[in-house]
Amino acid sequence: MSIPHLEITGVNMDFPTPKGPYRALENVNLKINKGEFVSIIGHSGCGKSTVLNIVAGLYQATAGGVILNGQEVTVPGPERAMVFQNHSLLPWLSSYENVELAVKQIFKGKKSKAEIKEWIEHNLSLVHMEHAMHKRPDEISGGMKQRVGIARALAMEPEVLLLDEPFGALDALTRAHLQDSVMEIQADLGNTMMMVTHDVDEAVLLSDRIVMMTNGPAATVGEILDVNIERPRDRIEVSEQETYNHCRHEVLRFLYARHGAKEEDMPKEEKEEKATVVKLASSNIEGEAEPLKAGTHG
Amino acid sequence: MSTETVDNATKMFEFFARINAKQLVQSLVIPIVGVGIFLMLWGLLAPKVVTSLGAVPGPSQVYAQFQTLVEEHKEERVKETAFYERQEKRNAKKLAENPDAKTKIRPYTGNPTFFDQIGTSVFTVMAGFILASVIAIPIGIVAGLSKTVYAAINPLVQIFKPVSPLAWLPIVTMIVSATYVTNDPMFDKSFVNSAITVLLCCLWPTIISTAVGVTAVSKDLQNVSHVLRLNWWTHVTKIVLPSAIPMIFTGLRLSLGIAWMVLIAAEMLSQNPGLGKFVWDEFQNGSSNSLGRIMVAVVVIGLIGFLLDRTMLFLQSKVSWDKSVALR
Repeated sequence: MSIPHLEITGVNMDFPTPKGPYRALENVNLKINKGEFVSIIGHSGCGKSTVLNIVAGLYQATAGGVILNGQEVTVPGPERAMVFQNHSLLPWLSSYENVELAVKQIFKGKKSKAEIKEWIEHNLSLVHMEHAMHKRPDEISGGMKQRVGIARALAMEPEVLLLDEPFGALDALTRAHLQDSVMEIQADLGNTMMMVTHDVDEAVLLSDRIVMMTNGPAATVGEILDVNIERPRDRIEVSEQETYNHCRHEVLRFLYARHGAKEEDMPKEEKEEKATVVKLASSNIEGEAEPLKAGTHG
Repeated sequence: MSTETVDNATKMFEFFARINAKQLVQSLVIPIVGVGIFLMLWGLLAPKVVTSLGAVPGPSQVYAQFQTLVEEHKEERVKETAFYERQEKRNAKKLAENPDAKTKIRPYTGNPTFFDQIGTSVFTVMAGFILASVIAIPIGIVAGLSKTVYAAINPLVQIFKPVSPLAWLPIVTMIVSATYVTNDPMFDKSFVNSAITVLLCCLWPTIISTAVGVTAVSKDLQNVSHVLRLNWWTHVTKIVLPSAIPMIFTGLRLSLGIAWMVLIAAEMLSQNPGLGKFVWDEFQNGSSNSLGRIMVAVVVIGLIGFLLDRTMLFLQSKVSWDKSVALR
């Protein structure tokens, strides 16, 4: 049996609070193969980002651990580059300089000056940002900032690219464009990608597998769904496929019918009320998704 | 050019003219009116207050005193150049008579004028302030980065910060006169005393503001630094310093403002050359012109303090990446 590329085993995470430790994650297990695109989806506060931060090495798991290529992950490092939710570009550097900071850090002494420059420009052009290379973050739009954030992460040539709700703060149109870019990049480079999202359509469209997390406290992996849709995926074609709709349905069912809230804690009448709310909630999600599909022209 | 573009141009012009008129009133006319009212009240009320040195001078008398001070300064300069010319002539004569003769130029020892005192004070405050900043900013950065260092220096900073630097003055004077003993001093002892006093009051606000600015570096940017595994130096120069610049400058401006006030008081107290000594000397002099001359000094002290603050703002706008922040 081959060793999996990235392996999360028995991860527990406790956060200290004044009232004693709060258990955010309990016994999270996940194996990810090389080149796979895995999404983690769940309700707000269920600890999806915590999982990602543990893989990144920014948090230390209380128990269990993460193994990448047979080596335990304990500290952050460029082989697990992260795209942050709010881009996290240094506001005093231009797009080019932001990527340069990462590239110089990793390839200093390995690439010549000309190669470094070429590599920075190459990565910016991967995300179609070559035209605004020398602009500072406050001079470009939110979507462009996120593109630069992705370019910076890609420029590190990571083993695993971690995306923490990368498109959460963007409008539907920009989000669709960036999702396409990410699919394109993954097809080109074949990176292993791990994305946290709360957008069902995004998860189905981009992922090979969707990891659905139960609600916290003590959240864990609830179900894992394989998305067997052929690549390259076109969002309009895909949206008509049965597999696509089935996957969406499965995720929605998990999120709202089974883990909408802690139903076991509720009295009976409220449970019935909740059922109606669940219906409303899922139709809401669909409603939100509409403009996204309509707004896509390729 | 078509008529349409001309029309548009006129419209644009009118538009900007209107905006500018409004801005002009706001930024120029109203301040002038404010100052005018102040001067008028001053002129009306001052003569009503009679002191042992005569009536309190109004704006016009003060301005007259300013002109006298300018005149005195010019006369002093003329005397000085004459003094040096005489020496050079004498030396030249000596050399002509005997080429081996030793000649020397004695420094001019006339009284420092008002403007000399301004120069001394500004130089002293800048020396103390720059020295203090060079010490305080690194300490602040280290304290902001390390909780241990912060915990170690925090009690000291908190206790020394509220101490009036004037309380330090006797200690500083004693230590300087005991330790700064050279035959050929580069600086006067009085200068060293004043500069160290300024330094002592500049340290604390800068340390505190810098530490606060460094602690406030956004968590996201720190995560970026972690993921990139930036070393300490790169982390400080690329991430910490640029984020902390606005807070550092807040501390610097606070320091410089306090420093200028303290310096004047220290000069009065210790009779070190500078504007403070000028004020004190005039007060002791007690002539009918003294009050007017002191008022000139007061206005000048205010103007210089204002200019120092503007200089810091200008520097901040040059150094800071964020030009959009309103600088006040």
